[in-house]
Amino acid sequence: MTFLIQQTLIYAVPLMIVALAGVFAERSGIINLALEGIMIFGAFMGVLFVNLSQTAGWFIEAKAAGDWMALQGFELLAMLVAALMGAIFSLLLSFASINLRADQTIGGTALNLMAPALVLFFIRLIANQNTLQMATGDSASWFMIKKSTLGFDKNADLGFLGNTLLHKVYLATYVCILIFIILSIILYKTRFGLRMRSCGENPQAADSLGINVYKMRYAGVTISGALAGMGGFVYSLTTANCTSNGDVAGFGFLALAVMIFGNWKPLNIAGASLLFGLFKCIAAAYSSLDINGDGVYMLAQIGISSHLYRMLPYVITLVVLAFTSKGSRAPKAEGIPYDKGSR
Amino acid sequence: MKAFLKKESTQKLLASLLSILIGLVVGAIVVLIVGLFNKSISLKGAWEGIRLIFIGILSTGRSASGALTWGFNPASIGNMLFRATPLIMTGLSVALAFKTGLFNIGAPGQYLMGTLATLFIALSIPSGALPGWLIWLLAFLGGLLAGALWGAIPGLVKAFLNINEVLACIMTNWIAANLVTWAFDVSNLKNMVEGTKSGYIYKTTYGLVDGSYVDGAGVATAKLGLDKLFPGSQINAGILVAILLAIGVYILISKTTLGYELKACGANRHAARYAGIHDKRNIVLSMALSGALAAAGASLYFLSGNTEFFWSTYQSLPAAGFNGIPVALLALNNPIGVIFSAIFMAMLNIVGLQLTNLTAYNEYITDVIIAVIVYLSAFSLAIRMLIAGRSKKKKAAEEPKRTPTEPPVKPEDAKNEKGGDKA
Repeated sequence: MTFLIQQTLIYAVPLMIVALAGVFAERSGIINLALEGIMIFGAFMGVLFVNLSQTAGWFIEAKAAGDWMALQGFELLAMLVAALMGAIFSLLLSFASINLRADQTIGGTALNLMAPALVLFFIRLIANQNTLQMATGDSASWFMIKKSTLGFDKNADLGFLGNTLLHKVYLATYVCILIFIILSIILYKTRFGLRMRSCGENPQAADSLGINVYKMRYAGVTISGALAGMGGFVYSLTTANCTSNGDVAGFGFLALAVMIFGNWKPLNIAGASLLFGLFKCIAAAYSSLDINGDGVYMLAQIGISSHLYRMLPYVITLVVLAFTSKGSRAPKAEGIPYDKGSR
Repeated sequence: MKAFLKKESTQKLLASLLSILIGLVVGAIVVLIVGLFNKSISLKGAWEGIRLIFIGILSTGRSASGALTWGFNPASIGNMLFRATPLIMTGLSVALAFKTGLFNIGAPGQYLMGTLATLFIALSIPSGALPGWLIWLLAFLGGLLAGALWGAIPGLVKAFLNINEVLACIMTNWIAANLVTWAFDVSNLKNMVEGTKSGYIYKTTYGLVDGSYVDGAGVATAKLGLDKLFPGSQINAGILVAILLAIGVYILISKTTLGYELKACGANRHAARYAGIHDKRNIVLSMALSGALAAAGASLYFLSGNTEFFWSTYQSLPAAGFNGIPVALLALNNPIGVIFSAIFMAMLNIVGLQLTNLTAYNEYITDVIIAVIVYLSAFSLAIRMLIAGRSKKKKAAEEPKRTPTEPPVKPEDAKNEKGGDKA
């Protein structure tokens, strides 16, 4: 059970944060199809940052000194770098779709093509292979918080909650959940959030009230880029074994599905991403999954192929969309370039 | 000259050529910057890289003294045409959907389903049971049918449930990727004969003889002497099939009633319905045809006899599917233009291989170039205005009310109706 919850969280958190990235862009009126590309770019930049700081030697010192605080600090710093680079990369989309009124779907597709190409080009030059390691050795375990990290004894029993939430977890997971909550509140409970949402619903009306639609849309896409970049890094940290290889296995597109599944609302998105995370987790580990700890591998015994579990999130999205398409509420003005003159 | 420049089709062509040029220049700049910062490459290596980006198709390798040599390279040209074959088909697929106002980002999934059906049919029929050409034809048509059915799914949900086709396509892509992996995983078509080829499906040249696979007993696309024309390359008659299909799509779109109805739906779905055109039927039909075209690309590629399919594909989608999008955009959705833009993309592909083989750079730079070109084509309207430039300004001064040139690719439905906020 502990394993199931932890793994589900690990898969769900990048999905959740990237789906929120999609919400910010679409609520401001820009379809961000480039989530996948931005994730790839952010993941690469974060991994490269850790890789370079390791080459510079800071990393080894912190590791040798057993300075876990410093290592966690590195993790946060790398997340920040990934977010920053994701935001910069997303400017390409905002420039094309806001200033040049380009087709947003095609612009997003261009970014999706661009990111893996650029990333693989540089990874090949840097590493002479198609994967860039974050650091030599078992870097995943360096960033992982364990009982010993927190000063407990290795054999200490922290109870069910303690074992689940404090042992073998990543700081990034909790930071992402915190950011998700804060940004959801900003989107719904602040003046800025209301203004941004109005630009996605009726930009002409927003403009008539003195809101700068262009600025708001830039803000939306930039926040979206930052979140997606960070999500990409979190993905490579927690699920891709701390490597970047120009691929995030369709997580960006899955996040898009989560966003629509969650009807562009943060709370629903959190739920949807947990559901999708659960399926991802089952697909990855169903044969060794012991749900209630009685030594019976129930899912393995049913004998359903892992391919089915991997396929299910997409099938469910399609089916749910089919049933709810009448009631689904996409931002009204999304995808339409804002033109002051049009009525 | 002025009149020539003012013509809309000329401007469109010039915009595409300019996009290509800018894309190549951006690639060259990246190569130059990397060369300057990387000590092992230096300026000399960067200069070699830049020359390869522009005219790599004419590269014949290195001379004994280490200098790049240039000339007609039949193997490169032949391989270029071979690789252009699936790109022409996926490009046509995306272009046809665009004509109906749909953005077919589902080409990778349709391509995979085509692969699945083609390989299953070609490898399951025991050799000798049917004549080779019939097996080939059945496999090809089977692939087409599978692609058409798969493409029809996003079309159906778009037409009847008003689900955005981009989303439906993305979902069906990943479902296809998992489905194909699953089907091959439980099949007995995994290459067991060649020990080093784990993870691959048999080539279609393998045939089922007495329950086991034997190389040479299967089917492959005829060469029609093209291999003599381009010795050392993988070329076969598939490219001719692709060109014929492109001409067929051109005739369908511009010379038939069905084509007119499809275009009318693309221009304005509601007006088309008002004019008595079955808009829903046409959307489904357009997606099904697009699916069949994308799948035909896969069939032609994998029936060539010298290509192998890596079956565990659930984590990545085939690039040939996605590259149909730049091919179609660059060709401005003109089926005849698709032939040339696909050949251009295939040329970049070969250039990438030359870069990897001959310099310290790698093939991914050509993907960067393609991405830049797609990015530019997203705002091709702005570029066209740039080209029209002065003459347009003058014209605007003369007749102030003149409307600007019609916008290019505009999948209107993709923009206005997402997830069904319109009934």
